[in-house]
Amino acid sequence: MSANNLVSINNLTVEFKTELGSVTALKDVSFDLPRNCITAVVGESGSGKSVTSNSIMRLLPDSAQTSGEIILYPQKSEPISITSLAEKDPRLRSLRGGLVSMVFQEPMTALSPVHRIGDQVAEAVLCHREVSKEAAWSEAASMLEQVGLTDVQQKMRMYPFEFSGGMRQRVIIAMALICHPQLLICDEPTTALDVTIQAEILVLIKSLQQKLQNSVLFITHDLGVVAQVADRVVVMYDGQVLEVGDVKQILKNPQHPYTCHLLASMPGAERRTTKESKQKNWAAGAALGGGTALATAEDGRQVREFVR
Amino acid sequence: MKKYILRRVLGMVPTLAVISVLVFIVIQLPEGDIVTSTVGQLEATGVDMSDDRIESLRAQYYLDQPLPIQYLYWIGNFITGDMGFSYLYAQPVNELVWERLGYTLLISIGALLFTWLLALPIGIYSAVRQYSTADYAFTTVGLIGLATPNFLIALILMYLGYNWFGLSFGGLFSPEYINAPWSWARFTDLLAHLWIPVIVIGTSGMAITMRLMRANLLDELEKPYVTTARAKGVPPLKLLLKYPVRIAINPFISTIGLLLPTLISGEAIVAVVLNLPTTGPLLIQSLITQDMYLAGSLIMLLSVLTVIGMLLSDLLLAWVDPRIRYERT
Repeated sequence: MSANNLVSINNLTVEFKTELGSVTALKDVSFDLPRNCITAVVGESGSGKSVTSNSIMRLLPDSAQTSGEIILYPQKSEPISITSLAEKDPRLRSLRGGLVSMVFQEPMTALSPVHRIGDQVAEAVLCHREVSKEAAWSEAASMLEQVGLTDVQQKMRMYPFEFSGGMRQRVIIAMALICHPQLLICDEPTTALDVTIQAEILVLIKSLQQKLQNSVLFITHDLGVVAQVADRVVVMYDGQVLEVGDVKQILKNPQHPYTCHLLASMPGAERRTTKESKQKNWAAGAALGGGTALATAEDGRQVREFVR
Repeated sequence: MKKYILRRVLGMVPTLAVISVLVFIVIQLPEGDIVTSTVGQLEATGVDMSDDRIESLRAQYYLDQPLPIQYLYWIGNFITGDMGFSYLYAQPVNELVWERLGYTLLISIGALLFTWLLALPIGIYSAVRQYSTADYAFTTVGLIGLATPNFLIALILMYLGYNWFGLSFGGLFSPEYINAPWSWARFTDLLAHLWIPVIVIGTSGMAITMRLMRANLLDELEKPYVTTARAKGVPPLKLLLKYPVRIAINPFISTIGLLLPTLISGEAIVAVVLNLPTTGPLLIQSLITQDMYLAGSLIMLLSVLTVIGMLLSDLLLAWVDPRIRYERT
């Protein structure tokens, strides 16, 4: 199991305690992230995509109660059970930004407004390796060049508010990749960007993944984006995993009614949607909310089936 | 940036000109002047003033000239550094003001440091441990400090000091050092007296500083850049101080400039109660006795310090916050 998978999520359940009672954000979520592969998690708002990724980084607020297990199998060291690490465990700090790092949705606010770009990128190096400040800065410079910035020396002395959204997202990607993480989590990295920049960033993430041979967990609600970047797809709804499979299988021949529904909701989907899957859509509308169980389909995919 | 500072300094000139006219009008408003009150007092003690004496006195203070000329004499002398003569203290205003201003500055800076060194860390703690028992306790103590008038705290401290230690805390020096030349012993004597006014004045700002720091920091802790830094693996304490605290503290740094005007007018009641040789009581006395040059000079100094303080605040804010710095250059 650990040979091909970098991360296994087993029966992860997350509840948030609020004043109005507890809210279950994730129900018994299980899936694996294979090595050297881009896995996309798709689902609508509130389906638990970000809670899943924040659980891997242990960035959930204190009000969250987690059960189940997330295990990371690093390439050259012992497996780490992320869910059982204490908050003060040094392994947690080396995990954050070292083994696993994250690209956020809002490039406009994800960088500190009062620190220089170079300082913020180089800090990631200084947090994880014993190097001099100069060495960290020169490493930051070469990383920023790799993500497609020009005049790097000058830009490193600038502040985030002097950068466009696309440039900031490149900076954040550089910051995330500078310590060569084995897993890069991208939490809707292109949602806040305009369409042309979106395409550039997607190409960048994909090409960097091919170059660095790491795993990427790509969170999005946009199936167009999934088709562009992903190798595998996890479909989530209401805190549950509905369907896991290869990107081509899922997009061409979705097994779960909700997935059909999602596909059909895309603009221009009419042309691609067959009569059959349209009927499935209607069934999906009626079936959502029923009891479900994961079943393994004939081609080895896992599909959650509704039990009515 | 240099251009910006120059522009701001030049912009201060018309502001101060207008203020000086207003100050002059205000000090002219009450009936009578120095000479009438002098003559009145002298006559009350039985000295008879001849009309010639009175006229020569008037001429000495330019009181026989029309008002605009009087104004020009006054402001001209003020600019060249001669603030006139205080009738009340029978001393040049220059001699009266500068030493007191020095002590006021000392007490104000001491009080500010006292407030910040205590209130800022407490504010940070209250924000990070929001709604904890300690948070509530600090808030309660802070609010009591805010609600208690300063002079009352001063009286209580003096009473306790006298009862417990047999010390008299009035003034900034023990009697034997008041007119002594500067020496190490006089300096340590000053320090022994200084802490009372520093605590009394510092306590008043404590609650507001604490609550503001807490509120500012709570806002910043929610910001995505904090999560980014956490995800990057920055150690918790370094993260707190380098990112959210660094930004939440900006408004405080910018208020340093606004403290300048309070050097003259602030804490007058505490100064009276504690018998401090600061400018506050001086201003009150001069206004009561219509000591025109002293009052005018103090109010004018107050205005100059206010305007300079505003500039200083803006510059400090630009210095700590690049977003503001770049808008202005």
